[in-house]
Order: sequence, then C-alpha cells, then structure tokens
Amino acid sequence: MVQFFQLLISGVAQGCIYGLIAMGFVLIYKATETVSFAQGEFMMLGAFTGLVGMTVLGLPYWLSVLGAVLVVALLGALIELAVIRPILGQPAFSIVMLTIGIGYVARGLITMVPGIGTDTLALPVPYKDEIWRISGLVLNVEQMVVIAATGVLCLLLFVLFRYSKLGIAMQASSQNQLAAYYMGIPVKRLNGIAWGLAAAVACLAGLLLAPITFVHANMGFIGLKAFPAAVVGGFGSLPGAIVGGVVIGLVESFSGFYLPDGFKDTAAYIVVLVMLMVKPNGLFGEKLRKKV
Amino acid sequence: MRFLFKTDYAQDVALAKHGGHRFWYSALLLLLITAPWLFSEYWLAQLTFVLIYGTAALGIMLLAGFTGLFSLGHAAFLGVGAYTQAVLTNAGVPFPVALAGSGALSAAVGWVVGLPALRVKGIYLGMATLSFGFIVEEVLARWESVTGGNAGIHIKKPELFGWVLESEVQFYFLCLIITVVSTLGIINLLRAPTGRAFVAIRDSEISAQSMGIHLARYKTLSFAISAALAGIAGALYAHKLQFISPDQFNILQSIDLLLMIVIGGLGSVHGAFFGAIFLITMPQLIAMVKDYLPTVLAQAPGLQGLVYGLVLIAFVLFEPMGLYGRWLKVRTYFEIFPFYREGMFKRQKSFQKSDRLK
Repeated sequence: MVQFFQLLISGVAQGCIYGLIAMGFVLIYKATETVSFAQGEFMMLGAFTGLVGMTVLGLPYWLSVLGAVLVVALLGALIELAVIRPILGQPAFSIVMLTIGIGYVARGLITMVPGIGTDTLALPVPYKDEIWRISGLVLNVEQMVVIAATGVLCLLLFVLFRYSKLGIAMQASSQNQLAAYYMGIPVKRLNGIAWGLAAAVACLAGLLLAPITFVHANMGFIGLKAFPAAVVGGFGSLPGAIVGGVVIGLVESFSGFYLPDGFKDTAAYIVVLVMLMVKPNGLFGEKLRKKV
Repeated sequence: MRFLFKTDYAQDVALAKHGGHRFWYSALLLLLITAPWLFSEYWLAQLTFVLIYGTAALGIMLLAGFTGLFSLGHAAFLGVGAYTQAVLTNAGVPFPVALAGSGALSAAVGWVVGLPALRVKGIYLGMATLSFGFIVEEVLARWESVTGGNAGIHIKKPELFGWVLESEVQFYFLCLIITVVSTLGIINLLRAPTGRAFVAIRDSEISAQSMGIHLARYKTLSFAISAALAGIAGALYAHKLQFISPDQFNILQSIDLLLMIVIGGLGSVHGAFFGAIFLITMPQLIAMVKDYLPTVLAQAPGLQGLVYGLVLIAFVLFEPMGLYGRWLKVRTYFEIFPFYREGMFKRQKSFQKSDRLK
C-alpha cells in the first residue's frame, strides 16, 4: 500500500511538470492556433536562467525565480514579435517547423555559453534533498513543492482568465480572432502576451523540475512527453492540460513499476494513440463543427 | 522567353516538356552516371547518401507536400525498412526480394498508421505519428531476438543474382537506379488520377470529397506509398552504413526528414532532392567554416543544431517555397528579363484559418 502511494505521489509530481508544459502548448494553441515545439526549450532556458541567477549572480532563491520568470516571459514575447507574428496565417505546418527551428537555436546557443552550457548541473534550491516522513510514507519535498506550486499556478491562471479584463479578452480572441478584433481587442498584442505567459509557465516548470533531475541543454526533450498530456486533456483546454499531465504522469509511474521494461517510456504514447482512436478531442476538448 | 506551342496531345503527357528539359535532365543523368570517375571516393559516398535521403524525402514529400498530411514519425518507416532488410539479408534472402519485402512491410505499417489519419487531422495527426515513432523506436530497442536491441545489428553486402556488390561504385549505381525509378514513379503518379486526388485532398478536403474522392482510401494510400519509399530508402541506408541501431531512427531523424522537405521546398519533386543535398552538404560546410570561428563557438556541440535552426527559421520566414522556390524566382528573373516585378511570387496575407472548426 505504501508502495502504491509512493508511486502515486511521484506520478502526480511528474505529471504536474508535464501538465505545466502542456499548459504552455494550450495557451499558445488557443491564442494563435499554432503548436509550439519550442516549449520544452523555454523550460530549459528557464532552468538555466534560474541557475545563472542563483550561482553566478548570487541572488537569493525567490529573487532569481522571479527574475528567471520575467526574463523568459520577455523572451517568449520577443520571439513572438520577431518571428511568429510575420507568418501568422500561413499553414500551421510552417509555424510548427519554425518553432522546431527556435528549439534548435535555443539548444545550440545554450551549449555555447562557456562554463555551464555543456555541463550537467544541479540547481541549488533551499529545499534540496529534504524528506518528510508520514507514517511510513517517505515524501520527497521536491515533489511536494512541484505539486503545491502547480496548484497555486492553476488557481492564479483560473483567476486571470475568469475575472481579469486581460483574461476575458484572451478568451474572446481565442474563440474568434476576427470578431475579437472588430470589438476593439488588440489581438496581436494579446498573442504576444500569450506567448510570454506560456514561456513563463514553462520557465516555472523548468525551475520546479531542475531539483528533481538536473539542468542540462537537452532537458527540453521532456517537452515531447507533454504533447501526450495536451492531447489527452484536449488541446484547447487549460484544466485539461493539467489533468492530462497528471494522467500521463500516473500511467508512466505505474507502468514503470508493474509492467515489463520498456513500457515506462512508451506508455504515454500508447495512451495517446488509444485516446486519439477513442476520443480524438480529448477529455475536455471542445467539439465544434462548421456547417458548410 | 520560351513559348510552348502544342501541336500534339502527346506533348501534354510528355515528361520532358521541351528541348531545354531534355537537354538539362540528360546532362544531369550523364553527370550522375560518370560521377564515380569524376569525384573522389569520399564525395561519391556523400552522393550515395544524397540519393538515399532523396528517396526518403520523395516519400515524405508525397505525404506532406502533396497530400497535406504531416508525419512527425517518419523515421520509424525508415527504421522498419532498414531492419527488415537487415534481417532478411542476413537470413540469405537475395537483395531484390529483401528490398521488396522492406518496402512492402513499411507500406503495411504505413497503411495502419494512416488509419488514424481518417479521424484526426492537423496537429493531432502529428501527435499520432510522433507517438507511433516513439513506439517503433522502443520496439526496435526491446525486440532483441530479432533486432539485436540497442547493440545494433550488422548487415551483409547486397547480393544481386549471385553477384555480391562489394565496391562503393557498384552500390552507388544500385542506389542511382532505385532513386531514378522511384522518382519517375512519383512523377508519373502525380500526373495520374491518384496523384491529382492527393493534391485535391491537400487543397481542400471538403471539395475533394464532394468531387467524389474517397478520402479514406486515398489518405491511407498516400501513407502506404510514402512509407514504402521510406522503407526502401531505409533498406539502402542499412546497406550503406552496414550497421544499424535503434537510435538512428529517433525523433531527431524524423525532424531531419521534415527539415529536408521544408528547406527543399514543400510541394515539389525537385525540392526533395534539393533538401537532401542540403542535409548532406551542410555538416561538411559547417566543418569547413569551423576553422575560422572562435574556439568557444567552434567547439560547442550545438553548433550544427544552431545552424540548422537558423536556416530553418530563415526559410520559413523569407522563402516558404524553399530552395526550389528560390530557384524558380531566379529562373523567372532571367527568363523574362527585364520584366520581373517585386510582387510576382508574393505570399497572400490571410487570416488565421481555424483548424478547430473543420
């Protein structure tokens, strides 16, 4: 039983990371109807920025987290302005290739940073290697922080989208860009903000993941596991992204323990294939049909 | 400027439309045939790789460029072809039979993967093929009794009718023949009703369907042909390298295949080969330029990725038609000199079309 809870918690924690990255996909997908393959790389950049803040600049933990989120959010918005905005309206595939290109560039640039780029580094967080013991259950504080932070972030995003003017404008723009534009909503600026927001969420995911794994140039590949999360949740749904992430995390964690070798890495993808066959719109996906 | 005066229906279906085509394509063929005596062994090997990747690119071009279906897991078909070839050849099956087997098995797998394409489209199809790619890679790594697992598998030299192709030159000619045959096959396919149906599906599924095109049949057919070509390319790839392991067919290889057709030019047969040339020569160019760069840049392992990324971004932003589009522009400029205008190939601005409302 203890084993079961242990797997449950580590699965949920891992799933929260997937969910956070998937949330970035969904934010961008809803705003600009494109899928960003650079989301994992934003996560990697976030972890590196936080690392630079903590070790090179010697800032305290909270300050460097805040700084990293701001820097990466700004970077996301700038990338949107520089390369995504000019080609909006082109086939979705071009934009996908473009984001793959951005990912390549980010990974390449990081390896060129002298000293840290090519190494595998640990993020010095205050809660590193701490453990709570509750009646036989060994809780890794790093994982608990991931779960708690994801919860708080979800709440914040929920409030943003439900009550703030910005969030409501973003909802409108995601439903129909042209109509939103006619209503006086600055759609282009909102797209920039959506990219910034997605980058910020990815950055947080990176900072949360870094103590569990390590910081290195290829950590962005975990973003490929977040696609299944987004698909399972339904590509257009923010709560779906988190639920999908947790589902994928749990499936992975349990299949790694109960099923033979090799299933841990593919379980997520098998779930996606099944999901696409059974319910292509995902758990929370919207089902819209255009009448001809 | 050239004006084509057609006096015969045969001219409409002719592969080479005019004397210029005939001259230049014959010259290209001549160059390729004499290549073993013109180039050094190293460059001949690179040329062989261009032919192999060109065949694979033809397959994915048919799928992505002409049918409008995107596969993010195409390396899996390459892998299926390569492993089938390796297993069959090592079991003593002659080359033509083994090649047909690799093509057929890849096509069958492609047909199965094409089935979800009937229900999902756009990014969901990308996800389905991506997942499929990961699963195939894992199967190749885990099915050790057949594939040799992560340790990889060696493959014998190809054997044609009791005649073993020992040298690089002989293998080059084998690749050349297969590539030429598959290119002609694809060109013929594209001007036949099947190819027209593919293009119609790419341009608008709804109108294709209302013109009586059976979407399910043609989409799966496109997947199957594309996978078969990738499988054949994979078989040649296995023979060329003589050693294959699962990590040669991972997601990065799939992305390389896509990169190839985007940079070559989506929706053109020429583009497949331009892309293959780019993909093979780029690492050489980078290696050449490396000596002139500061050591921090030159020694960084991500240099190649950085260059690929920048080139990809530049092409999507400034030349969405790829290298072939650039060539068309240059050619048009000289053909109609001095009447070339700025806006002749201008992209149309359009509103974001929603995938969600299908």
